[in-house]
Amino acid sequence: MGSYINPVYPYRRPPELDRASTMRHPVVIVGAGPVGLTAALDLALRGQQVIVLDEDNTVSVGSRAICWAQRTLEIWDRLGVAQRMLDKGVLWDTGKLYVGERLIYQFQMQSQAHQRFPAFINLQQYYVEQYLVERCADFPAIDLRWKNKLVGIEQDGDEVRLKIETPDGVYGLAAQYVIAADGVRSPVRSMMGLSFDGQVFNDRFLIADVRMTAEFPSERWFWFDPPFHRGQSVLLHRQADEVFRIDFQLGPNADPDVEKQLDRVTPRLKAMLGERQFDYEWVSVYSFSCRCMESFNHGRVFFAGDAAHVVSPFGARGGNSGVQDADNLVWKLDLVLRNQAPSALLETYSQERVPAAREHIHHSTRSTDFITPRNDASRVLRDAVLSLAADYPFARALINSGRLSQASRYEATPLATADERAWSGGAAPGAPAPDGPLGNRWLFDGAGERFRLLAFEAKVAGEPGLETIAIGKDDDHTGVLWQRYDAQPGTVYLLRPDRHVAARWRRYDAQAVRTALRRAMAA
Amino acid sequence: MTEKTLRLDPGIADPDGFYNALVDCYRDLDERQVGLLNARLILLLANQIGDQALLGEALQRAREGI
Repeated sequence: MGSYINPVYPYRRPPELDRASTMRHPVVIVGAGPVGLTAALDLALRGQQVIVLDEDNTVSVGSRAICWAQRTLEIWDRLGVAQRMLDKGVLWDTGKLYVGERLIYQFQMQSQAHQRFPAFINLQQYYVEQYLVERCADFPAIDLRWKNKLVGIEQDGDEVRLKIETPDGVYGLAAQYVIAADGVRSPVRSMMGLSFDGQVFNDRFLIADVRMTAEFPSERWFWFDPPFHRGQSVLLHRQADEVFRIDFQLGPNADPDVEKQLDRVTPRLKAMLGERQFDYEWVSVYSFSCRCMESFNHGRVFFAGDAAHVVSPFGARGGNSGVQDADNLVWKLDLVLRNQAPSALLETYSQERVPAAREHIHHSTRSTDFITPRNDASRVLRDAVLSLAADYPFARALINSGRLSQASRYEATPLATADERAWSGGAAPGAPAPDGPLGNRWLFDGAGERFRLLAFEAKVAGEPGLETIAIGKDDDHTGVLWQRYDAQPGTVYLLRPDRHVAARWRRYDAQAVRTALRRAMAA
Repeated sequence: MTEKTLRLDPGIADPDGFYNALVDCYRDLDERQVGLLNARLILLLANQIGDQALLGEALQRAREGI
């Protein structure tokens, strides 16, 4: 059906099949999806050796994640792979909302001025994985093992022992740490007997990815109760290769086997698209659940992405939060592997990312409750909002067709140092550090995987392990960067390697910086 | 700074007039339409109040009586 040809990656006979290895590998990643591959690249960039296991030998098939957020692009830029995604992807930052036939309102995700990356790009997950796999080839430190299926896992205080099945037989590996990025059905989670609780939603949705030439602008369009699909919602997104994602709400009583038949799907599409010619890329019927593990850390095993948490698709919170999991975990693993930070630092992975996942689930559940009201009372209320929104601006704020993914703030993180005084804005400790123009480049241009000090016309002394970025008034003729950091002459920010704020001061104090830096490493 | 609390002393300028207008408002509507009208009315009034604490208190007091 699809026009994308899945690459077939070569299986290579693992050396351990011929001679049992006594080596203990620093990190083994289970799952070569967007999250596992992001983690692998980040580890390799930091100079770590990493083995990635995947039971398949290709990228994702069919319709999966499509919307990649600005924060994700910033992370991939650090890994040297964002430009390819941008070149292929569809940039967008406008959403339009229709009720019935009427355009009720449109929203801009962000002001386009002085942004290095768009609010979102739409790119099919298979391209994302393909580009990440191809980028992995630049790093000899990444040992990507296709057709290597994990069949056993056990751990003690010293190591994790893995049993892996290949076309040539079974072998064992020992690892200091394992990242389980093996998807929503996570075999690692099952083998370890860990629970994955949450809420199951009954409504079914039909996804049709179709290829067509259409004059639609690159925007997210959402309809409540459109004339071509009465009583339900519809979502339209443009992806690369002139592929459009169309998502029809079907209600709780739809039969998935019946609804995915093309003779059922085609009339739905024709009602929406009129006489436009289209070709099918993918058709499926899905329902979803929101689930989250209690903890993402289990001894030496770290769960990330869908293996750790799943949400509804409204809000683009699945893939993006998974990539942020990897971003959060890897610098910590690296410092601990180098003995530069205590293993307590690893505890903060779960401490920071579980609340982030819960926040995503919270938003996603609210959207779901709005889009698919669970009882008559909430349906009446929802319809009242929609009927008011046509005429009155206040009601538009109540419409929730998916609050879109933004970088998480680590509000309660033990790694942050609280502000000593009131700030009137900027990026608070725990918040993601914003990018912005710096001279004729960007603040976060180029590599930067270490702790950094942003010095806004502040004289600071060098500190080992700390890179200083001096930001003069003249470097920022737009004033945007100063404003995003609520900076005054003398302002200093300490940023973590994952570009979250660790601490900030109005005046530089070497001792305070050292203390905050130690705190940010859980030392 | 004083904490805002929900006003529970008489605040409607013309109680009989308002009540009458409300009853009039429902005239000739079926049950579904009444439900929709009530919901629209709640939302309009809630927007006028705006304050989350006040709205929360109103929700709580409304629910307590049932």
